[in-house]
Amino acid sequence: LLSFLPEKNNLAGVRHILLVLSGKGGVGKSTISTELALSLRHSGKKVGILDVDLCGPSIPRMFRVQDNDVHQCDSGWVPVFVDQDKSISLMSIGFLLEKPDDAVVWRGPKKNALIKQFVGDVAWGDLDFLIVDTPPGTSDEHISTVEALRPYKPLGAILVTTPQAVSVGDVRRELTFCKKTGLQVLGIVENMSGFVCPHCSECTNIFSKGGGEELAKHAGVPFLGCVPLDPQLSQSLEEGRDFIQEFPKSSAFPALAHIAQQILDVTSQRSS
Amino acid sequence: AEAAELRERLRSVKHVVLVLSGKGGVGKSTFSALLAQGLAADEAKQVALLDIDICGPSIPKMMGLEGEQVHQSGSGWSPVYVEENLGVMSVGFLLSSPDDAVIWRGPKKNGLIKQFLRDVDWGEIDYLIVDTPPGTSDEHLSIVQYLSATRIDGAVIITTPQEVSLQDVRKEINFCHKVKLPIIGVVENMSGFVCPKCKNESQIFPPTTGGAEKMCQNLNVSLLGKVPLDPQIGRSCDKGQSFLSEAPDSPAASSYRNIIHRIQEYCDQHHFHEEKII
Repeated sequence: LLSFLPEKNNLAGVRHILLVLSGKGGVGKSTISTELALSLRHSGKKVGILDVDLCGPSIPRMFRVQDNDVHQCDSGWVPVFVDQDKSISLMSIGFLLEKPDDAVVWRGPKKNALIKQFVGDVAWGDLDFLIVDTPPGTSDEHISTVEALRPYKPLGAILVTTPQAVSVGDVRRELTFCKKTGLQVLGIVENMSGFVCPHCSECTNIFSKGGGEELAKHAGVPFLGCVPLDPQLSQSLEEGRDFIQEFPKSSAFPALAHIAQQILDVTSQRSS
Repeated sequence: AEAAELRERLRSVKHVVLVLSGKGGVGKSTFSALLAQGLAADEAKQVALLDIDICGPSIPKMMGLEGEQVHQSGSGWSPVYVEENLGVMSVGFLLSSPDDAVIWRGPKKNGLIKQFLRDVDWGEIDYLIVDTPPGTSDEHLSIVQYLSATRIDGAVIITTPQEVSLQDVRKEINFCHKVKLPIIGVVENMSGFVCPKCKNESQIFPPTTGGAEKMCQNLNVSLLGKVPLDPQIGRSCDKGQSFLSEAPDSPAASSYRNIIHRIQEYCDQHHFHEEKII
């Protein structure tokens, strides 16, 4: 495989690239991408999120910037900054749609072309982390994204699953995708793992329990932790709020903070 | 010639229902499986469930058919039968290991979907239910294109209550309009959770923008029903059992049954209307 850096290198200032994957839809990839970015920001890091889900781009709303436009500069597209701080920047097809309800009804080749642009033509500047949020599956978007990112040597991938077998069944296939494409698996997150009733504290395993942890053990990859169902987290994402800042006592907070810490540990080990 | 081949193969299909969503993980496969099982409860009806989620085929597990393989005969591929009157086809049956990944670009996926329609010997079917992956891409364009050889009664669109889901589902509704696919209606899944201990309700996926109800009002589509979260649903899916049989008295089962009934009514009216024209 030829591995060369193109002339214009918009990723030159990006220290670590990590992908958030799942074979399964709706398990919380965008949620984990968002919360990881917020946690890393709170640890003083500069973070970018590249949203390559072209049919269902969730990232803009999760930061309350869904009405923003994207501008061009000499080196390409300027990512959308989440606030004055400029410590989190985003790129998503969501910013390019004229009307938010417009369906992007594209076949593979057109999707691939945009993804190549998204990987190469966004002027990210200096970032500690670039998180790449993906749609479910192992198809055009995933193949193109991994191919386009290959010269920049991504750190690896976080795989998200929910606990039940139906989800784990798809994520096993995603693990194979990682193996086949040479993407290191940083770990598995078991999301929506249990719900504690806010009224009586009874825990119900609505989507079962333990499947993600078992899969990590079976596949010999790190287990990054269980994140419980948390209505405050859902609400926070709906409103584009900073859950990490505003809800540190909420039930999902410890697990989300722990995931970020493990990523920081991996990167600091790498540096030393 | 290809169109003619498909038309011939699909001639004996009375009703086709697509189960769609812009959003992943809202319960399309769960609903497709229950719809198929619900319709097949009438032994006089012949039901077919086609899973065109090539990358993440959930249907085999949900129907208790994991590990089954597809057999070929003179008349084509034979579906895997759960009951005498309920046949299933999925890429899952073509994979030899649960770790096998189908890492295909669009054109190859389209090719398999065409084969599923052209080469599977479904026989005479009253209902063909098609479970789809999330999105508005190759699989969706192809299935609508290939099924134009017959008539699609319509699409059932699945969502969960929160805006993050609805924003994708609106796109799917627009996709349906774009390709002139009638919409039977929308199902709001994961609509509230009642704690089994204290019976208080929690909105785990809050309808911050009015949920499916408001969206359906705004977009002038039917809301077929709302289904609450129930841990038994996931358990049944994982075990490959029908939730409707395992927990028939649960509120979720009751909601599902009502929705299935409404879909049946829609299809019956549709058929009747067509006959009237002839």
